[in-house]
Amino acid sequence: MLKDVFSFVVGSARLAFRGGRLYYAWLVALGLLTAWGATAWWRQVTEGLIATNMRDQVSWAFYIGNFTFLVGVAAAAVMLVIPAYIYNWKPIKEIAIFGELLAISSIVMCMLFVLVDIGRPDRAWHLMPFVGSLNLPSSILGWDVLVLNLYLILNLVIVGHLLYTAFFRRPYNSRLVVPLLLFSIPAAVGIHTVTAFVYAGVAARPFWNSAILAPRFLTSAFCSGPAILLILFQVLRRTTSIEIKDEAIWKIAELMAYAMFLNLFLFGAEIFREYYSATQHLIHSQYLFSGVQGHNALVPFAWASLIASVVAFLLFLFPVTRHNLVTLNIGCLLIYAGVYIEKGMALVIPGMTPDTLGEFYEYVPTLVEVRVGAGIFAAGFLVFTLLCKVAIPILQESERPEEAEHSVAEAA
Amino acid sequence: MSDGERVPRHATSGLEQSIDRRSLLVGTGLTAMAAVSASVAGAAPGFVERLLRERFAELSPERKAEILDRLEQEYSERYGREVSVEDTPALDGVEFAYGLDIARCVGCRRCVYACVHENNQSRDPQIHWIRVLRMEKERGIDFTESTAYYEPPEVPEPDAFYLPVACQQCRNPACVKVCPVKATWQDPDGIVVIDYDWCIGCRCCMSACPYGARHFNWSEPKIPSQEINPRTHYLGNRPRPRGVVEKCTFCLHRTRKGRYPACVEICPVGARKFGNLLDNESEMYYLLREKRVFVLKEELNTQPRFYYFYAT
Repeated sequence: MLKDVFSFVVGSARLAFRGGRLYYAWLVALGLLTAWGATAWWRQVTEGLIATNMRDQVSWAFYIGNFTFLVGVAAAAVMLVIPAYIYNWKPIKEIAIFGELLAISSIVMCMLFVLVDIGRPDRAWHLMPFVGSLNLPSSILGWDVLVLNLYLILNLVIVGHLLYTAFFRRPYNSRLVVPLLLFSIPAAVGIHTVTAFVYAGVAARPFWNSAILAPRFLTSAFCSGPAILLILFQVLRRTTSIEIKDEAIWKIAELMAYAMFLNLFLFGAEIFREYYSATQHLIHSQYLFSGVQGHNALVPFAWASLIASVVAFLLFLFPVTRHNLVTLNIGCLLIYAGVYIEKGMALVIPGMTPDTLGEFYEYVPTLVEVRVGAGIFAAGFLVFTLLCKVAIPILQESERPEEAEHSVAEAA
Repeated sequence: MSDGERVPRHATSGLEQSIDRRSLLVGTGLTAMAAVSASVAGAAPGFVERLLRERFAELSPERKAEILDRLEQEYSERYGREVSVEDTPALDGVEFAYGLDIARCVGCRRCVYACVHENNQSRDPQIHWIRVLRMEKERGIDFTESTAYYEPPEVPEPDAFYLPVACQQCRNPACVKVCPVKATWQDPDGIVVIDYDWCIGCRCCMSACPYGARHFNWSEPKIPSQEINPRTHYLGNRPRPRGVVEKCTFCLHRTRKGRYPACVEICPVGARKFGNLLDNESEMYYLLREKRVFVLKEELNTQPRFYYFYAT
């Protein structure tokens, strides 16, 4: 058993570092970007969070926005798991696993974004269940720590088991994997709902204190996460022999169109309530969409996000553009950008501008924040790349009959 | 030390068991790990111990005394003078409350700076626990239209009135509810306190506070040695580390010994009142009975112990 685990680990490591020049260039680029971010983070650790532009008035910003966006990307794995089981695609196992790999990478990024945001990373262990002093049941962030860890473990177990058995060309244990995959559906909904509740439960911030915040989180996640996967599938079927049918891509795109419609509808409902009732709470939306007293840093981003989301919806709505890979990919990029702006900037920052006593502090990130953010994304892509690099050959070899036996043996 | 959830160490509740399990885990595996990594990194002595500290509220009296001693030493060395750190608990039969007469306040901000000096707030970057907001008389209390950055030649200005805001010491504190690590709690006398050595600096409490009362140490707080107030409390005005949240504590190092908070003492117009709600001889008891008061943002149901009134 121990010997098997050892040969699995060594075999995986060999697969991860078996590649051409382009692959290595990609790894080095990501590594450099990660290092660039890490040095910025080190500066932040030595100077304090003063290296960011967050202040008492806007005390959460770029980092927490990115965290929120990535929770959505992680949750989007269910957009594969659900249809995989409902529509029963042919390469079912291969496709579902990429959602899980994306989820693992996203959760890693989420945790890194929380780590760089807290003032005392040396005390991060206070958040660990049993070892620390998690304030349950009352703290929503406490629950978020629990569900995110649970979701990470769940995905690691599923992926680990699938790859391990495939590596030794054994059938996977469906009595283990199928229930876990099914459980990952409510768990994915859970991580995004709990993250939304971190904001929605704050009565002091009317911009967040909305009952439809969690549904909005889910619908936008079901747009942005699959957008990455659709592009990834097209890359994979060109560069590997993994078979992904057009019909499969179109079906995901169709489901995304529903999610986009709901996302825009819920957004409209929120906007109606804000602007028609026009209470003092409207000022946060005004800051976002039209600027207040010359404070208008977010206005171009807010409109870019809205326009991108509407155009992407139209591209996904009409079968002509949905079935055309060029327009489909444009739509994917647009919706990804739209949701990234919406979650990354247009949720956290206007919620805190003006602050609870009416003060306007206009936040824009410092270079340190941007570097740290870029470093974390690079680290996440690095994780995702290595995971894919290991998973694809293992799964392909296990699919193939005997003639490929020697190459697995070689890898092992 | 008295905190909201005082549990005897020998009790056998589930909470206590989890604490014991934690002490055990912390005491063995983590200590070994941290000791190795710290010695590799050549960390300063005491680093490991500080890293693996337990919540102050859960410590035995002996451990608390040790920690207070160590802090006194550390601060005395840093500021070149004798600094004391005590942990006077809440007194029985005391529930503190505050009253502020808006009609009298002239917006001079002496309270702001008296507080800074009394409570060892950072001078660079500046941290102010009290924020005095200038309001237009015509609009009444309107936070959106208010400003804390008024600089007229003299106060009060004819068209304005002033609303000082600090921690409202809510009966229903949103900040305590959201803290993910129990680093902040409400003591029995109603004062919401923070363990600066347990806070992880996530700033959830700052999002949750409707009064902007919580402040973060964005960099290493700086206080000139000659300006340090050497009489300090563990949960109050002792010098804070970088990366943690702090707030007004009703000057608990003074008020738990029968003195007024510094802001009450300094106020030149007597706009500030303070007392024990449970004592029917107290100023606050009288105030609530005889005057008509209101609280800020009552619709949020935070139920502040900080009352505003117009007495004249």
